[in-house]
Amino acid sequence: MFKKKEKQPSFTLVRKRVPYLFILPWIIGFLVFTLGPLVSSLIMSLFDWPITGEAKFIGLNNFTKMFTADPQFYDSLVITFKFAAIFVPLNLISALVLALLITQPVKGVKIFRTLFYLPAVVSGVAVSIIWGWIFNSEFGVLNYLLSLIGIEGPNWLIDPKWAIVTIVIASAWGVGTMMLIFYTDIKGIPPELYEAASIDGAGPLRQFFSITIPTITPTILFNVITSVIAALQQLTLVLLLTGGGPLKSTYFYGLFVYNNAFKHHHLGYASANAWFMFIIILILTMIIFRSSSTWVFYEAEMKKGGKK
Amino acid sequence: MRITKSHKIIVYSILVILSLYFLFPFAWALITALKTEGEAFSFPPKFSPDVPQFGNFIEAWKSQPFGTYFKNSVIVTVMTTIGQIISCSLVAYGFARYDFKYKNILFILLLSTMMIPWDVTMIPLYMEFNLFGWINTLKPLIVPAFFGSAYNIFLLRQFLMNIPKDLESAARMDGANEFQIFYKIFLPIMKGPLTLIAVLNILLVWNDYLGPLIYLNDQSKYTMALGLAAFRGVHELQIIPIMAMTLVMIIPPVIVFAFAQKYIVEGVSGSIK
Repeated sequence: MFKKKEKQPSFTLVRKRVPYLFILPWIIGFLVFTLGPLVSSLIMSLFDWPITGEAKFIGLNNFTKMFTADPQFYDSLVITFKFAAIFVPLNLISALVLALLITQPVKGVKIFRTLFYLPAVVSGVAVSIIWGWIFNSEFGVLNYLLSLIGIEGPNWLIDPKWAIVTIVIASAWGVGTMMLIFYTDIKGIPPELYEAASIDGAGPLRQFFSITIPTITPTILFNVITSVIAALQQLTLVLLLTGGGPLKSTYFYGLFVYNNAFKHHHLGYASANAWFMFIIILILTMIIFRSSSTWVFYEAEMKKGGKK
Repeated sequence: MRITKSHKIIVYSILVILSLYFLFPFAWALITALKTEGEAFSFPPKFSPDVPQFGNFIEAWKSQPFGTYFKNSVIVTVMTTIGQIISCSLVAYGFARYDFKYKNILFILLLSTMMIPWDVTMIPLYMEFNLFGWINTLKPLIVPAFFGSAYNIFLLRQFLMNIPKDLESAARMDGANEFQIFYKIFLPIMKGPLTLIAVLNILLVWNDYLGPLIYLNDQSKYTMALGLAAFRGVHELQIIPIMAMTLVMIIPPVIVFAFAQKYIVEGVSGSIK
């Protein structure tokens, strides 16, 4: 990986140190704010660590407790995965559909690009306040609008069956970021590809599945990974929109860890919880990456193949 | 591509219908903020106040120390942006323009930090900042920004990799030292991508709720996000001032976005290529 280069006369010792000086801020930050805490957290997960008083080494007991004696752990895990299973595909598909719409060659489409992106710049605090008011079961405008078309809306935030849906709807409001990533990628596809396909008689649907989708598979991969990670860590909206309720129906894993740490002060146990999710995320990312070789199509490979 | 008229009509209708989902919540927040209490708590809801109560904004602003919250948010946002610009440009330059031992391993390490969930480091970081005596100050929110962030460094490095190598060789011939080359030649070139990371940082930090929630205790230290959430937590039924302040909180990021849209649109594609 590191080829030894012939020493040039100007390549003095000072010059050799220079690159490290440039990256020094990150190295310090990495040690102090990332690696240090990461290792501490792993060590803490092996302790019974109250916020005051002596920490006691208990080996893997935190993990055993988590897997065998804490039903909330499984409940939170199931709810979080359920959320991810609804949210990730929904978000991906809507982002892609929106991106396709705003790449249509019609006038004024840029205004819609701005409108669709706008909620993505809004804080989770504001999102939860605004949607909380819309979903309000007494004065909420959503159920009123639904009643106009003859639908009796549920008690969104009060009914344990529907509370998770409110979080999906409110989270999906920020789909703009992902839409923009797809948008710039689709924009970058050379128009000649479509023209050639048109001449060959391929319709819009055929063009979409044989040109657009294959070209943007690396972006799809990127978006799948980032949205899975984001969904598994959702916390702000849960804290502010539902508070984990009703009846703990939205007691997401992020909230479970947060409360174990800052409400119940079981710092060792919360560290074990967090590490478990970290490992899940690592494994999931690895699986997605592994699978990508079968469905992700890289431009570089195409070029190489073309030269043969 | 030729576009038929019916195609156009379909596209526009879909666009308009979808806009409702993205825009209506903003409109509803504004309508609510301008209502009287009687109007806000009426059912069926009224879609416009009889007389828009613009005074609601002033009353809401005065009801809590929102001036202080706003000031704290501005301090944290400005300071972190300065910190990110300085640190990320230096680090990205080091990774992009030099060869050195362990460079690849260090860079992979940098990228992999992006995958670490927030809550894994949350508890030790809290204890560390507690040890420094930084809890209930703005420092835990500001200081880490001066040590770079992986995503921003990655964005800048991608940009710097594409600049031809002769640029610094020429400057070296002229006797410029390494830091002068960075400062006088490369920093001006990086203006575009640096604007992008500034904008991304402003949006991220201004909107952050969890950081302030963990590190700040006193109202006098609260940021807008935390102050607003706390206000709603205690006075859940005062929906009018809550909505008014929600809108006030939204305005700065929307303005930043309006000015920087070009950079954001161009920037997101650079991040994955």
